[in-house]
Amino acid sequence: MKRNENAPAETLSISDLHVAVEGKPILRGVTMQIRRGETHALMGPNGSGKSTLGLAIMGHPNYEVTSGSIKIDGVDLLELSPDERARQGVFMAFQRPMAIPGVKMADFLRHATTNVRNPNRKEGEELIPMREFRKELKAKMDQLKIDQEFARRYVNDGFSGGEMKRAEILQMAMLQPRFAILDETDSGLDADAVRLASQSIAEIRGGQMGILIITHHERLLEHNPPDVTHVMLGGRIVETGGPELAAELHKHGFDRVRADHPEAAAEERAMAEAETVEGAA
Amino acid sequence: MATDITTTASAPELFDPAHAEINKYDFRTQTKGVFKARKGLDREIVAQISEMKGEPAWMRDFRLKSLEIFESKPMPKWGGRISLDFQDVYYYLKPTDHQGKSWDDVPAEIKETFDRLGIPEAEKKFLAGVKAQFESEVVYGSLQEDLARQGVIFTDTDTALREHGDLLREHFGTVIPPSDNKFAALNSAVWSGGSFIYVPKGLSIEFPLQAYFRINAESMGQFERTLILVDEGAKVHYVEGCTAPMYSTESLHSAVVEIKVMRGARCRYTTIQNWANNIYNLVTKRAMAYQDAMMEWIDGNLGSRLTMKYPAVYMMEPGARGEILSIAFASAGQHQDAGAKLVHCAPHTSGRIISKSISKNGGRASYRGLVKVEKGAVKSKSNVVCDALILDSKSRSDTYPYIEIDEQDVSIGHEASVSRIGEEQLFYLTSRGLTEAEASTMIVSGFIEPLVKELPMEYAVEMNRLIELQMEGSVG
Repeated sequence: MKRNENAPAETLSISDLHVAVEGKPILRGVTMQIRRGETHALMGPNGSGKSTLGLAIMGHPNYEVTSGSIKIDGVDLLELSPDERARQGVFMAFQRPMAIPGVKMADFLRHATTNVRNPNRKEGEELIPMREFRKELKAKMDQLKIDQEFARRYVNDGFSGGEMKRAEILQMAMLQPRFAILDETDSGLDADAVRLASQSIAEIRGGQMGILIITHHERLLEHNPPDVTHVMLGGRIVETGGPELAAELHKHGFDRVRADHPEAAAEERAMAEAETVEGAA
Repeated sequence: MATDITTTASAPELFDPAHAEINKYDFRTQTKGVFKARKGLDREIVAQISEMKGEPAWMRDFRLKSLEIFESKPMPKWGGRISLDFQDVYYYLKPTDHQGKSWDDVPAEIKETFDRLGIPEAEKKFLAGVKAQFESEVVYGSLQEDLARQGVIFTDTDTALREHGDLLREHFGTVIPPSDNKFAALNSAVWSGGSFIYVPKGLSIEFPLQAYFRINAESMGQFERTLILVDEGAKVHYVEGCTAPMYSTESLHSAVVEIKVMRGARCRYTTIQNWANNIYNLVTKRAMAYQDAMMEWIDGNLGSRLTMKYPAVYMMEPGARGEILSIAFASAGQHQDAGAKLVHCAPHTSGRIISKSISKNGGRASYRGLVKVEKGAVKSKSNVVCDALILDSKSRSDTYPYIEIDEQDVSIGHEASVSRIGEEQLFYLTSRGLTEAEASTMIVSGFIEPLVKELPMEYAVEMNRLIELQMEGSVG
């Protein structure tokens, strides 16, 4: 157990969560508890609902929670807008971050960091002093081995896949969330880059952050061994185990899981077919 | 008729009381001793304006001829809807008392806007029309002397007509003749104020000349007339207008700006205008660029009821270049019909237009642009990029690109994009702790960033603050 025993015992509790997108059910009752300091790995075939869980926690407007709850120690996240959730210390590193042309990374991050650190800040109130912010940003960029020029570039605009992912990790480092969801932060990266990302995440969290890692690769878990591994299939968590479960799935894939959970596997197939029909139409 | 010039001691009436409702900057003034020509437009009025200014006969004749042209031309059938009775407008008001208005009369809302834009006290009074001229003589007096020593002429156009009559007679109305369009004819008939600049050969003025450096300037005129002559190899950057809301009880504003950029010279003309919602702002701006000369227009339009403005560069000789950057922001009740024109009259000329428009809250932003290549202008290059951002479903954006090419061996490009503020972009930014309003403002600021970074520093800062103000209350 990597968990820091001194970390405050705060918990992100997801309980019997059902989520629909455009009226189609995707998640069908997900329950999960992540304590600060813990690492959870979320694995499962493509289309099983892993990203949906992340986006629902973050509050994406298109992901409708039809029943169930998401709470942090009694604070109901479902009552909060995405920015309020961010101010509660929730963060998601996106699989495909959006480009915001014309907005410099540094300006965006200064604004975001100010808001997250002063949750009661009113619009138009002062930002973190420029000097102070620059200094901190520079230190974080050095730590993550990110070129200083990055701060002057426009947010994700013309970034390579690897640059985007590193930008997401940099944002996480600056915002210091209580709970972070990392959605395939390894996709599009080469082996060395994944190792660097894994290392960076371990450094940033420092035992204080609860993280949910959605991944297909073992390497991202290298420096962040999971306390708990969840397997998602057809919008449900079908198995929960320790690091050995992650290792098994990496080695052998999901066939055994599908065989053991025929009902969820059938739902997975139905979801995939619905997707195909829609794609063809 | 002796009664044509009246001295009134009472508040001047709004020329169209119907507009009073929509003009949030409207306020009545206790103006003392204002000479004004009676309402309406005819030969008598025009002759009177010329006489009151003590103008030479050639200018009086120019005005009268322009009036005939104005009367003979129909209203443009394109652009925005103009509902104006030309006979119901005062065309000339000569302030005789510079302390006409009191600062106390300026509405609190305006004062607050000035404060939030961080405009200095002295400038606030100028902008609010309290002072007919910005108190700049002390600050800029020495600057003015320096320029004069180097042979630069920088004054208001009325003064230029008295002091540099020959220069004006040679160039006035040669870039934009009165026959160009109905509103250019109107301006030619009734113009007042505006800037005149002459930069002598080879002189490079390294700081931007600003309208309020001018001594003896009349306040923001309704029918300003600006003429800029940049002699061979010279360089100048002129900045006009200001980002604070300009308001006026007269709702027709029609300016003409003429520029000649001689061989090897460079001129940049930057305007940011933010009119009150009752204003028709119908402007003709054109530059002629000669051999290897460079003309740049940077043109920002906010506010007004209708703006029609298409800064143009006519590339007259080989090697001439023209560049036009245009930003328009249309909000509720506003129509920005803005754009640019590039006319290639000679071989090896090149031009570029970048237009960015934003419409929100029911506003309408139209890009209207012309790229024209005359016969013989081979190896000419032009590129047009226009991007529109629409913030909500009530708002509208249109693109009217006109391309006329009479030559084969040319390269012309046109790209246009229209986008709405993406839900995914908003979600991304809000997931990082920005409110939805902050996120929208950030996206809009980013959208116009390529143009804002071309502005002088203080204008860029004001422009960004202004966008923030415009964006307030636009979400939820």
